[in-house]
Amino acid sequence: MSTLRQAQRAGLPSWLRFVAPVVVGALGVAVWILYVDVLGAAPRMLPSPIAIGNELVLRWPIIGDAIMITATNALVGLLAGSLIAIALAGLAAAIKPIDGMLVPLVAAIAVVPIVALTPILNTMFGASSQFGRQAVAAIAAFVPVFVNVLRGLRQTRPVHRDLLRVSAASPLQEFRVLTLPTALPYLLTGLRIASSVAVIAALVAEYFGGPADGVGTAIATYAKSGRAALAWAFVAGGILIGLVFFLVTSLLERLVSRRSPV
Amino acid sequence: MRRGAAALWGTLGVLAVILLWEAYKFLGPAEGVVVGADGSTGSGVMILPRTNDRAMPHVWDMVARLFQSTSGGDTPPLIVPVVTAALTTLGIAAVGWLIGVLVGTLFGLMMQRWKLVEWGILPWIVVSQTVPLIAFAPVVNSLGLQIDRGGFPWPQWLSVAVISSYLAFFPVAVGVLRGLDAPDRIHEDLMRTYAAGYWQTLLHLRLPAAVPHLLPALRLAAANAVVGAVVAEVSIGMRGGIGRMLIQLAGQASSDPAAPWGPTFGTIALGLVAAGSVALLGLALKNYRRGEATA
Amino acid sequence: MSPATTTSAAAVRATGVGKVFPTKAGEVVALTGVELEVRAGEFVSLIGPSGCGKSTLLRLIADLDPASSGELSIFGKPAAQARVDQDYGIAFQQAGLLPWRTVASNIGLPLELHKVGRAERTARVAELAELVGLTEFVDRYPDQLSGGMQQRVAIARALASRPKLLLMDEPFGALDEMTREYLQSELTRIAAETEAAVVFVTHSIPEAVFLSDRVVVMSPRPGRITDVITTDFGHDRDDALRESPEYFERVTAVREALHGVKVERANER
Repeated sequence: MSTLRQAQRAGLPSWLRFVAPVVVGALGVAVWILYVDVLGAAPRMLPSPIAIGNELVLRWPIIGDAIMITATNALVGLLAGSLIAIALAGLAAAIKPIDGMLVPLVAAIAVVPIVALTPILNTMFGASSQFGRQAVAAIAAFVPVFVNVLRGLRQTRPVHRDLLRVSAASPLQEFRVLTLPTALPYLLTGLRIASSVAVIAALVAEYFGGPADGVGTAIATYAKSGRAALAWAFVAGGILIGLVFFLVTSLLERLVSRRSPV
Repeated sequence: MRRGAAALWGTLGVLAVILLWEAYKFLGPAEGVVVGADGSTGSGVMILPRTNDRAMPHVWDMVARLFQSTSGGDTPPLIVPVVTAALTTLGIAAVGWLIGVLVGTLFGLMMQRWKLVEWGILPWIVVSQTVPLIAFAPVVNSLGLQIDRGGFPWPQWLSVAVISSYLAFFPVAVGVLRGLDAPDRIHEDLMRTYAAGYWQTLLHLRLPAAVPHLLPALRLAAANAVVGAVVAEVSIGMRGGIGRMLIQLAGQASSDPAAPWGPTFGTIALGLVAAGSVALLGLALKNYRRGEATA
Repeated sequence: MSPATTTSAAAVRATGVGKVFPTKAGEVVALTGVELEVRAGEFVSLIGPSGCGKSTLLRLIADLDPASSGELSIFGKPAAQARVDQDYGIAFQQAGLLPWRTVASNIGLPLELHKVGRAERTARVAELAELVGLTEFVDRYPDQLSGGMQQRVAIARALASRPKLLLMDEPFGALDEMTREYLQSELTRIAAETEAAVVFVTHSIPEAVFLSDRVVVMSPRPGRITDVITTDFGHDRDDALRESPEYFERVTAVREALHGVKVERANER
């Protein structure tokens, strides 16, 4: 509403909203190609998008394998972290001392570089295991889900609670009719944020050791050996994982929030 | 009062974690818990770790290790290089944070000023954060090396700071945009009735009103800058910082299992210190966080 | 017409003013054919049900929105020029104080924006705080004041640049009845002291009658002026007026005008 009003005040037609980012994107790629291919002035580590595209298609089998490994780690982490977060948020919402202990801990975890735990987790679970990476992704995903679910569980309005009380609803009924539908959009928002965080954590954890596979490992390897276009093709692979995770969770969030009253 | 209670509860929480660790180490199966094993060695997925001293050192051993010499002989206690390395990384993260805040503020200002700019670049900024652009770290490093060889001095820590600034920039750009758009309609109308121009409105209304949005953004930026700095150090192999130290000591974990916990604690402290510094900034600006009482 | 209503002296003159809002469902006529003149020093209330365009009219006068048709002049100038020249002060339903500024610094904001020197500003702020009875509270922050006090600060702020026209959009709408009556009395005193003309939007009939020299009755779909009722109470208004027969007579007149028909009373049958 307010953006619409501002747009009207600025005299911008609404289709520009969709055209503008496309134009900016196209412009960006054009400048990139101009800089690298036409002017030839770019440093060696910045290959042209065309060369990257070539590598991406040519090496798709190995890139695809790496994507599957990193994406699986991220997905396992996202699911495990979310489940633990939902359970603990439920406990925190119900039991005061747990709330008291968890909230400051989570606030601390939120500002701590979790990937730094990877080496220790690798020691604990063995360097050939993907578990360390998955655990890092899980801890990273845990934070936004926990914060949002806890907020959601606390969003029930007093007027609604009073209504159920005068209807003599049981605690279980109250949870099903009121608490769950209120908290659901918050859970989905937490999941959307967590999905990106989990992908980044799973990928970055690969820089900290463990098995020699996955997108992050490949980027580091090829960047070091100077195969710029291939390194960038793996970066594109990482971008692909992030985008898919983001789009799926955004779609879920949109589906749920459409049904729920504001 | 409430702050004190939170600190108390937080301490209890930490104690509970320590207790859990030691209790599992005492009670848990020596070979850990493996699911999905088919009998052959190395099959299945270990979901709970082994409880021996190598995989799970005692908490008191981790703390004691901090005060034993780094690598035998006359080397100083481990805590000295840990603190030194953490401070090095903190400095780099601070530079990254500053760059990120400056660039982010600039973007936020432009997006707020011109709707078309917001429409054009905000989707790209949002998308850029959903993709692991930290993957660029090795690439940025190679670019930095090339620039350095080209005659323009480009120390390696600058690459680290640039990567860390990339992560710090996003929350600031979005926070500034949301914050500058935060003033109530009535306040904007009021400034218009005073015939105040863009800069006057920015200075007297938008920036002060943005403070409550800005502080969480700056805190998040600080946390991100630290993550970015640690990850960048590791992925491009810069020496001197806490990230590199972490990897190095983790490599010796089989003979010295408590050692990698030193830099791990250092990293945790680093994140807390960075976020805490921004919280101090919030105290200085507390007058800008007053809510207007509802009439 | 009396000499006071010469063309140059009119605080507000609206001729055939209309306002159309474009929406997705088509155009909505918020205001049409408004003819209104507010003399200098006159207190005029705009009253009507929601959607009658009373607030819209006020926003047009303040140049917060442009009129779609007709002509609007403030002290003989176009509305935009009057805004730039700070010919009016404005107060809204919410006090709209900046929460990070003290009372004094809120009152002084318009002066600060127009580069009034520090010494002069301090003096003027003290004078205004005195006028609205908040001298002891100048160092407080808005969240430390009651709703009524916040609204008094807002009125002082509206008066800061000594405007000869005060625009008020339901300024007492969110207050309790006691505070409301008190502030109404204060406002009549302030308006008399500053000799400013006032355009006052309200949906309360007693409020409009108590405060105004003239009550402009408006009606919705499309928003327009349907009646104007003159009160003739003069400048001295106190609580005794609230209980006088003339007051009730005017209240009835405004109510009838609002309802469009004569309100029947049991004892008149």
